[in-house]
Amino acid sequence: MVDWTFEERKHIIETWGKINVKVVGPLALRRCLIVYPWTQRYFGTFGDVNSAAAIMGNKKVAKHGITVLNGLERAVQNMDDIKNTYAELSVLHSEKLHVDPDNFRLLGDCLTIVLASQMGRAFTPDIQAAWQKFLTVVVSALGRQYH
Amino acid sequence: MLTKHEKELIAQIWDKMIPVACDIGSESLLRYYYRMMTTFPGTKTYFAHLDIRPRSPHLLSHGKKIVLAIAECSKDISSIMVTLAPLQTLHAYQLRIDPCNFKLLSHCILVTLAAHMPDEFTPVAHAAMDKYLSAFAAVLAEKYR
Repeated sequence: MVDWTFEERKHIIETWGKINVKVVGPLALRRCLIVYPWTQRYFGTFGDVNSAAAIMGNKKVAKHGITVLNGLERAVQNMDDIKNTYAELSVLHSEKLHVDPDNFRLLGDCLTIVLASQMGRAFTPDIQAAWQKFLTVVVSALGRQYH
Repeated sequence: MLTKHEKELIAQIWDKMIPVACDIGSESLLRYYYRMMTTFPGTKTYFAHLDIRPRSPHLLSHGKKIVLAIAECSKDISSIMVTLAPLQTLHAYQLRIDPCNFKLLSHCILVTLAAHMPDEFTPVAHAAMDKYLSAFAAVLAEKYR
Protein backbone atom coordinates (compact mmCIF):
# COMPACT_ATOMS: atom_id res chain seq x y z
CA MET A 1 0.00 0.00 0.00
CA VAL A 2 1.44 3.33 -0.99
CA ASP A 3 0.84 6.34 1.23
CA TRP A 4 -0.37 9.30 -0.76
CA THR A 5 -0.68 12.66 0.94
CA PHE A 6 -3.70 14.77 0.12
CA GLU A 7 -1.42 17.11 -1.86
CA GLU A 8 0.16 14.29 -3.85
CA ARG A 9 -3.23 12.87 -4.83
CA LYS A 10 -4.38 16.31 -5.87
CA HIS A 11 -1.24 16.97 -7.94
CA ILE A 12 -1.43 13.62 -9.71
CA ILE A 13 -5.12 13.82 -10.51
CA GLU A 14 -4.89 17.43 -11.65
CA THR A 15 -1.83 16.72 -13.78
CA TRP A 16 -3.59 13.77 -15.37
CA GLY A 17 -6.55 16.02 -16.06
CA LYS A 18 -4.30 18.23 -18.18
CA ILE A 19 -3.03 15.38 -20.31
CA ASN A 20 -4.55 14.88 -23.73
CA VAL A 21 -3.82 11.19 -24.17
CA LYS A 22 -4.08 11.39 -27.97
CA VAL A 23 -1.33 14.02 -28.04
CA VAL A 24 0.91 13.14 -25.11
CA GLY A 25 0.93 9.37 -25.70
CA PRO A 26 2.51 9.59 -29.16
CA LEU A 27 4.90 12.37 -28.07
CA ALA A 28 6.18 10.35 -25.11
CA LEU A 29 6.68 7.08 -26.96
CA ARG A 30 8.35 8.77 -29.94
CA ARG A 31 10.69 10.63 -27.60
CA CYS A 32 11.60 7.38 -25.84
CA LEU A 33 12.42 5.62 -29.12
CA ILE A 34 14.59 8.56 -30.25
CA VAL A 35 16.36 9.38 -26.98
CA TYR A 36 16.91 5.73 -26.02
CA PRO A 37 17.28 4.01 -29.40
CA TRP A 38 17.79 0.57 -27.88
CA THR A 39 14.09 0.61 -26.97
CA GLN A 40 13.41 0.25 -30.70
CA ARG A 41 14.19 -3.44 -30.25
CA TYR A 42 10.61 -4.04 -29.11
CA PHE A 43 9.03 -2.47 -32.16
CA GLY A 44 10.31 -4.70 -34.95
CA THR A 45 6.79 -5.24 -36.29
CA PHE A 46 5.99 -1.53 -36.43
CA GLY A 47 7.68 -0.84 -39.74
CA ASP A 48 10.40 1.77 -40.03
CA VAL A 49 11.60 3.00 -36.63
CA ASN A 50 15.21 3.45 -37.61
CA SER A 51 15.48 7.21 -37.63
CA ALA A 52 14.00 10.16 -35.78
CA ALA A 53 12.09 11.18 -38.92
CA ALA A 54 10.69 7.68 -39.41
CA ILE A 55 9.66 7.44 -35.76
CA MET A 56 7.95 10.84 -35.83
CA GLY A 57 5.86 9.79 -38.83
CA ASN A 58 5.16 6.21 -37.81
CA LYS A 59 1.41 5.73 -37.27
CA LYS A 60 1.78 2.47 -35.35
CA VAL A 61 4.09 4.17 -32.85
CA ALA A 62 1.57 6.99 -32.40
CA LYS A 63 -1.28 4.52 -31.88
CA HIS A 64 0.74 2.53 -29.38
CA GLY A 65 1.60 5.69 -27.46
CA ILE A 66 -2.13 6.23 -26.98
CA THR A 67 -2.57 2.61 -25.83
CA VAL A 68 0.18 3.02 -23.23
CA LEU A 69 -1.27 6.24 -21.82
CA ASN A 70 -4.73 4.74 -21.67
CA GLY A 71 -3.12 2.02 -19.58
CA LEU A 72 -1.65 4.65 -17.28
CA GLU A 73 -5.15 6.00 -16.65
CA ARG A 74 -5.98 2.79 -14.83
CA ALA A 75 -3.28 3.60 -12.29
CA VAL A 76 -4.61 7.15 -11.84
CA GLN A 77 -8.06 5.73 -11.16
CA ASN A 78 -6.77 3.07 -8.77
CA MET A 79 -4.04 4.90 -6.92
CA ASP A 80 -4.55 2.87 -3.77
CA ASP A 81 -4.01 -0.46 -5.49
CA ILE A 82 -1.72 0.05 -8.46
CA LYS A 83 0.09 -3.18 -7.67
CA ASN A 84 -2.94 -5.38 -8.30
CA THR A 85 -4.35 -3.18 -11.04
CA TYR A 86 -1.22 -3.92 -13.07
CA ALA A 87 -0.67 -7.57 -12.14
CA GLU A 88 -1.90 -8.90 -15.49
CA LEU A 89 -0.10 -6.23 -17.50
CA SER A 90 3.09 -7.09 -15.64
CA VAL A 91 2.76 -10.76 -16.57
CA LEU A 92 2.06 -9.74 -20.17
CA HIS A 93 5.19 -7.57 -20.38
CA SER A 94 7.31 -10.29 -18.81
CA GLU A 95 6.02 -13.50 -20.35
CA LYS A 96 4.77 -12.41 -23.73
CA LEU A 97 6.44 -9.13 -24.66
CA HIS A 98 9.75 -9.84 -22.86
CA VAL A 99 10.37 -6.18 -22.09
CA ASP A 100 13.28 -5.33 -19.78
CA PRO A 101 11.53 -3.51 -16.90
CA ASP A 102 14.14 -0.74 -16.91
CA ASN A 103 12.46 0.45 -20.09
CA PHE A 104 9.37 1.43 -18.09
CA ARG A 105 11.53 3.92 -16.20
CA LEU A 106 12.92 5.32 -19.47
CA LEU A 107 9.44 5.82 -20.92
CA GLY A 108 8.34 7.36 -17.62
CA ASP A 109 11.22 9.86 -17.81
CA CYS A 110 10.29 10.80 -21.37
CA LEU A 111 6.65 11.23 -20.35
CA THR A 112 7.77 13.54 -17.53
CA ILE A 113 9.78 15.62 -19.99
CA VAL A 114 6.83 15.86 -22.38
CA LEU A 115 4.67 17.04 -19.48
CA ALA A 116 7.28 19.65 -18.58
CA SER A 117 7.37 20.92 -22.16
CA GLN A 118 3.57 21.16 -22.25
CA MET A 119 3.06 22.71 -18.82
CA GLY A 120 6.17 24.90 -18.63
CA ARG A 121 6.49 26.67 -15.28
CA ALA A 122 3.18 25.15 -14.18
CA PHE A 123 5.07 21.88 -13.81
CA THR A 124 6.41 22.99 -10.46
CA PRO A 125 8.94 21.02 -8.38
CA ASP A 126 6.16 19.91 -6.00
CA ILE A 127 4.01 18.65 -8.85
CA GLN A 128 7.00 16.93 -10.42
CA ALA A 129 7.84 15.24 -7.10
CA ALA A 130 4.30 13.83 -6.78
CA TRP A 131 4.25 12.78 -10.41
CA GLN A 132 7.63 11.04 -10.19
CA LYS A 133 6.51 9.21 -7.04
CA PHE A 134 3.43 8.05 -8.95
CA LEU A 135 5.54 6.86 -11.90
CA THR A 136 7.92 5.04 -9.54
CA VAL A 137 4.96 3.11 -8.14
CA VAL A 138 3.66 2.37 -11.65
CA VAL A 139 7.08 1.17 -12.83
CA SER A 140 7.47 -1.00 -9.75
CA ALA A 141 4.02 -2.57 -10.22
CA LEU A 142 4.73 -3.30 -13.89
CA GLY A 143 7.96 -5.06 -12.94
CA ARG A 144 6.50 -6.98 -10.05
CA GLN A 145 5.39 -10.18 -11.75
CA TYR A 146 8.71 -10.78 -13.46
CA HIS A 147 10.49 -13.84 -12.18
CA MET B 1 29.63 9.25 -29.28
CA LEU B 2 28.37 12.73 -30.01
CA THR B 3 27.96 13.61 -33.67
CA LYS B 4 28.95 17.03 -35.03
CA HIS B 5 25.28 17.96 -35.32
CA GLU B 6 24.59 16.93 -31.73
CA LYS B 7 27.55 19.01 -30.45
CA GLU B 8 26.15 22.01 -32.32
CA LEU B 9 22.66 21.50 -30.84
CA ILE B 10 24.13 21.25 -27.36
CA ALA B 11 26.29 24.35 -27.74
CA GLN B 12 23.30 26.28 -29.14
CA ILE B 13 21.06 25.39 -26.22
CA TRP B 14 23.64 26.27 -23.57
CA ASP B 15 24.51 29.49 -25.42
CA LYS B 16 20.91 30.54 -24.87
CA MET B 17 21.00 29.46 -21.24
CA ILE B 18 24.18 31.28 -20.17
CA PRO B 19 22.67 34.79 -20.13
CA VAL B 20 19.64 33.40 -18.31
CA ALA B 21 21.86 31.59 -15.79
CA CYS B 22 23.81 34.75 -15.13
CA ASP B 23 20.64 36.61 -14.26
CA ILE B 24 20.00 35.22 -10.82
CA GLY B 25 16.69 37.05 -10.80
CA SER B 26 15.58 34.76 -13.59
CA GLU B 27 15.26 31.79 -11.36
CA SER B 28 13.24 29.54 -13.59
CA LEU B 29 16.40 27.94 -14.93
CA LEU B 30 18.12 27.78 -11.57
CA ARG B 31 15.04 26.14 -10.06
CA TYR B 32 16.39 22.88 -11.48
CA TYR B 33 18.37 22.61 -8.27
CA TYR B 34 15.32 23.05 -6.04
CA ARG B 35 13.45 20.73 -8.40
CA MET B 36 16.05 18.02 -7.77
CA MET B 37 15.88 18.40 -3.99
CA THR B 38 12.09 18.32 -3.94
CA THR B 39 11.76 15.35 -6.28
CA PHE B 40 14.67 13.37 -4.84
CA PRO B 41 14.92 14.28 -1.16
CA GLY B 42 18.04 12.12 -0.65
CA THR B 43 20.00 14.78 -2.52
CA LYS B 44 19.31 17.26 0.29
CA THR B 45 21.71 15.38 2.53
CA TYR B 46 24.61 17.09 0.79
CA PHE B 47 23.35 20.54 1.70
CA ALA B 48 22.97 20.40 5.45
CA HIS B 49 25.42 23.30 5.68
CA LEU B 50 23.49 25.58 3.32
CA ASP B 51 20.15 27.35 3.25
CA ILE B 52 18.20 25.44 0.63
CA ARG B 53 14.80 27.06 0.85
CA PRO B 54 13.31 27.70 -2.59
CA ARG B 55 14.49 31.25 -3.17
CA SER B 56 17.62 31.16 -1.07
CA PRO B 57 20.62 32.98 -2.54
CA HIS B 58 22.77 29.94 -1.60
CA LEU B 59 20.67 27.70 -3.78
CA LEU B 60 20.63 30.10 -6.70
CA SER B 61 24.36 30.84 -6.67
CA HIS B 62 25.21 27.17 -6.24
CA GLY B 63 22.91 26.19 -9.08
CA LYS B 64 24.45 28.92 -11.21
CA LYS B 65 27.98 27.52 -10.68
CA ILE B 66 26.92 24.13 -11.95
CA VAL B 67 25.06 25.46 -14.97
CA LEU B 68 28.01 27.66 -15.95
CA ALA B 69 30.42 24.70 -15.72
CA ILE B 70 28.14 22.57 -17.91
CA ALA B 71 27.71 25.43 -20.38
CA GLU B 72 31.46 26.14 -20.47
CA CYS B 73 32.31 22.52 -21.33
CA SER B 74 29.63 22.47 -24.02
CA LYS B 75 31.63 25.00 -26.04
CA ASP B 76 34.43 22.49 -26.61
CA ILE B 77 33.24 19.03 -25.70
CA SER B 78 36.37 17.31 -27.03
CA SER B 79 38.41 19.03 -24.29
CA ILE B 80 36.08 17.98 -21.50
CA MET B 81 38.73 15.91 -19.65
CA VAL B 82 41.02 18.94 -19.41
CA THR B 83 38.32 21.45 -18.55
CA LEU B 84 36.83 19.26 -15.84
CA ALA B 85 40.12 18.16 -14.21
CA PRO B 86 39.87 20.55 -11.20
CA LEU B 87 36.19 19.66 -10.68
CA GLN B 88 37.05 15.95 -10.89
CA THR B 89 39.47 16.38 -8.01
CA LEU B 90 36.99 18.45 -6.02
CA HIS B 91 34.21 15.88 -6.35
CA ALA B 92 36.43 12.86 -5.73
CA TYR B 93 38.37 14.01 -2.70
CA GLN B 94 36.34 16.77 -1.12
CA LEU B 95 32.67 16.67 -2.00
CA ARG B 96 32.43 12.89 -2.49
CA ILE B 97 28.90 13.06 -3.81
CA ASP B 98 27.62 9.60 -4.70
CA PRO B 99 27.67 9.59 -8.52
CA CYS B 100 24.14 8.15 -8.72
CA ASN B 101 23.02 11.67 -7.86
CA PHE B 102 24.50 13.07 -11.07
CA LYS B 103 21.78 11.18 -12.97
CA LEU B 104 19.07 12.71 -10.80
CA LEU B 105 20.50 16.20 -11.34
CA SER B 106 20.75 15.59 -15.09
CA HIS B 107 17.12 14.49 -15.21
CA CYS B 108 16.03 17.68 -13.44
CA ILE B 109 18.12 19.79 -15.79
CA LEU B 110 16.39 18.09 -18.74
CA VAL B 111 12.96 18.71 -17.20
CA THR B 112 13.85 22.36 -16.63
CA LEU B 113 15.11 22.76 -20.22
CA ALA B 114 11.89 21.17 -21.52
CA ALA B 115 9.77 23.52 -19.41
CA HIS B 116 11.86 26.55 -20.35
CA MET B 117 12.30 26.02 -24.10
CA PRO B 118 9.74 23.40 -25.22
CA ASP B 119 9.99 24.22 -28.92
CA GLU B 120 13.76 23.83 -29.07
CA PHE B 121 13.88 20.82 -26.80
CA THR B 122 12.91 18.40 -29.55
CA PRO B 123 13.47 14.64 -29.13
CA VAL B 124 16.74 14.94 -31.10
CA ALA B 125 17.97 17.84 -28.94
CA HIS B 126 16.88 15.91 -25.83
CA ALA B 127 18.86 12.85 -26.97
CA ALA B 128 21.97 14.96 -27.61
CA MET B 129 21.67 16.73 -24.24
CA ASP B 130 21.13 13.46 -22.37
CA LYS B 131 24.24 12.00 -24.01
CA TYR B 132 26.25 15.10 -23.12
CA LEU B 133 25.13 15.18 -19.48
CA SER B 134 25.84 11.43 -19.13
CA ALA B 135 29.35 11.96 -20.49
CA PHE B 136 29.81 14.98 -18.22
CA ALA B 137 28.77 12.94 -15.18
CA ALA B 138 31.03 10.04 -16.14
CA VAL B 139 34.06 12.33 -16.51
CA LEU B 140 33.24 14.06 -13.21
CA ALA B 141 33.25 10.71 -11.39
CA GLU B 142 36.46 9.43 -13.00
CA LYS B 143 38.84 10.16 -10.12
CA TYR B 144 36.57 8.62 -7.49
CA ARG B 145 38.51 5.36 -7.52
